[in-house]
Amino acid sequence: MIIAVPVDEMEENSPVCISFGRAPFYLIFDDEEKKFDYFDNNSAFNAQGGAGIKAAQSLVDRNVDIVITFRCGENASKVLNGKAKIYKAEKVNAKMNIEMFIAGNLQLLNKVSPGLHGHSVQGEK
Amino acid sequence: MKIAVLSGKGGTGKTFVSVNLVNSTENTDYYDCDVEEPNGDLFFQSKLIQELPVKVLLPSFDKEKCNACHECVDACSFNALALIGKDMLLFESICHSCGVCSFVCKQKAISEVPKQTGVIKIGKAGDSKVVTGKLNMGEAIGVPVISGVLDLMDEDRNSIIDCPPGSACSVVESTQKADYCLIVAEPTSFGFHNFKMVEQLARVLKKPFAVVVNKAESKNNIVSSYCKKNKIKVLDTFLFNRKIAQDNSRGEICTSVDDKMKARFISLLDNINDDWQRSLK
Amino acid sequence: MKKILILSGKGGTGKTTVAASLIEYLNSKTIADCDVDAPNLHLLLKVKNPVEKDFIGSKKALIDVDKCISCGLCAEKCRFDAIHSFGSSYKVDEISCEGCTMCSLVCPAGAVSFYDDKSGTLQKYTAPYDFSTACLKLGRGNSGKLVSEVKRNMVIKNTEEYAVLDGSPGIGCPVIASISGVDWVLLVAEPTLSGFSDLKRIVSTAKAFDLNMALCVNKSDINMKITNEIIDYCKDEGVYYLGLIPYDKAVLKALKSCKLIINVPSEAGNALRNVFKEFKQVLENEN
Repeated sequence: MIIAVPVDEMEENSPVCISFGRAPFYLIFDDEEKKFDYFDNNSAFNAQGGAGIKAAQSLVDRNVDIVITFRCGENASKVLNGKAKIYKAEKVNAKMNIEMFIAGNLQLLNKVSPGLHGHSVQGEK
Repeated sequence: MKIAVLSGKGGTGKTFVSVNLVNSTENTDYYDCDVEEPNGDLFFQSKLIQELPVKVLLPSFDKEKCNACHECVDACSFNALALIGKDMLLFESICHSCGVCSFVCKQKAISEVPKQTGVIKIGKAGDSKVVTGKLNMGEAIGVPVISGVLDLMDEDRNSIIDCPPGSACSVVESTQKADYCLIVAEPTSFGFHNFKMVEQLARVLKKPFAVVVNKAESKNNIVSSYCKKNKIKVLDTFLFNRKIAQDNSRGEICTSVDDKMKARFISLLDNINDDWQRSLK
Repeated sequence: MKKILILSGKGGTGKTTVAASLIEYLNSKTIADCDVDAPNLHLLLKVKNPVEKDFIGSKKALIDVDKCISCGLCAEKCRFDAIHSFGSSYKVDEISCEGCTMCSLVCPAGAVSFYDDKSGTLQKYTAPYDFSTACLKLGRGNSGKLVSEVKRNMVIKNTEEYAVLDGSPGIGCPVIASISGVDWVLLVAEPTLSGFSDLKRIVSTAKAFDLNMALCVNKSDINMKITNEIIDYCKDEGVYYLGLIPYDKAVLKALKSCKLIINVPSEAGNALRNVFKEFKQVLENEN
């Protein structure tokens, strides 16, 4: 299982970033290999628009199964739909959030923030 | 002559001035570019001659031809596309209809299909053409509707372009084809602050311009002083008049019932014409 | 914390005037001016010395005259009519360019590059209010993105009860950006044919979002017939009707000296106080 967390710094003890789309980095944890990895989210961070969509696309491309985040926009959640489950982050660092998830102590993120342009999306499955 | 009537701040009287200019003079047509909230035709109550849909192109994906190479997603500057396996998601309201995705697709799997974002109504009121652009609710970008409205201007008649408030891209689109800008200014602190922004815009767009002061308490006011100091022409000053405000609220055109006002608007158009001719030399 | 956004549809109905007085009445310290095209709230709030930050709206194209071979393909393919011939080469109009990169994709000479366009300035005041605002550069698009940035710059403290956001006229991109995520929309309506027509469009637009709406009619005595039609409309649309504010010359006087109308003993000032009293009840009952 691959778990992703938006982070402020490229390290396990980093706080979870409050933004999903404009997080500077993403921490990727491979549950089987027990490895921490990171990617630079700069293309979404610097995007003129659709940052959430871009970040979500990067996660889908990396076959992420679980995303732990404080918030997720409507557009980004449409991209993740069916591919990754979204859990609500707690106010502890990224590594601890992952541990909490594995122990079954995190809740699913129910409330999705309405999009800037939350209107029509073509091609929904 | 194509005259763009703009203001910066909303509610200063762009529509009041535009409608009365058209109503008082011959050979003049009205173009409503305030496509989010068009109001001019509430006054003209024009007879509808034609309705034209405004469409933008959106990409359409052929799943059979798609090889999921991801190039279109990467090429989109607006992040309007996402690829999930072989399923393409298009976020319509972010799409700018630029055509890049279709261009980069080596499999020719992307074609472009029209989507309606607004409508243009063409009507007749007396001898004037009344053209109204209306953006569909929920659509974010009015520029294609504005562009469609302005394409209908006649070269051999005067066109009065009623612009949106503000100074952003929709205002720029509305004024691009104008020969002259008439700025309607309200002499309040808000009105004055926003007036200076559109004055700057007129200068940046290199359009000759002049000012009409509306809803003033007196002829000497914060806008008139500024204009005097900066050698900007004030072509007329309309004092706040409760009766006109009340008639206006009911959709009545004051120059249809008030000959003095009609004369003023005829004068206004003549003055604009003179000023414009001078600027051409 | 409840986020309240002031909207109207039509421009000039009195949003900013009402917003400034509402901030005072609710003692709100967390505020934003989302009218980035024509921001005015700071004029009434006596704030100074904001911290400013550049806002990068989008990338814009730039043609290198030395590399350009004048084939004109860029101008031909540009959907935004942003490229025109210029001397012996071609030039990009920075106002019309949307940064889509089509020109660079078709250019056979690699003459097109992109730069970050500074489309505006974000401003943050910290005392006596946490006040986030911005100014969009002339002629720019991306007002929606800038509004989102203004909102992101607000510091939402759960110890504070109310945040007040001054909105912009219209129903398009910047308005939609301002509506997203707010709890309440306070509509300032004007009893004119135009004002009522525009009101209906903004109500339809706002209804797509999960929020509550309340309304007051400003300059109500200009046309009582339409004022009453608006009150009936509120009932039909589930919008809380809060009251009327008559046209009052005292408002102009107050604005001239940058005074808040609820602090001026006047017909309009008193009426506005009553509207806010009603609004506060509605806000508290909503719990």
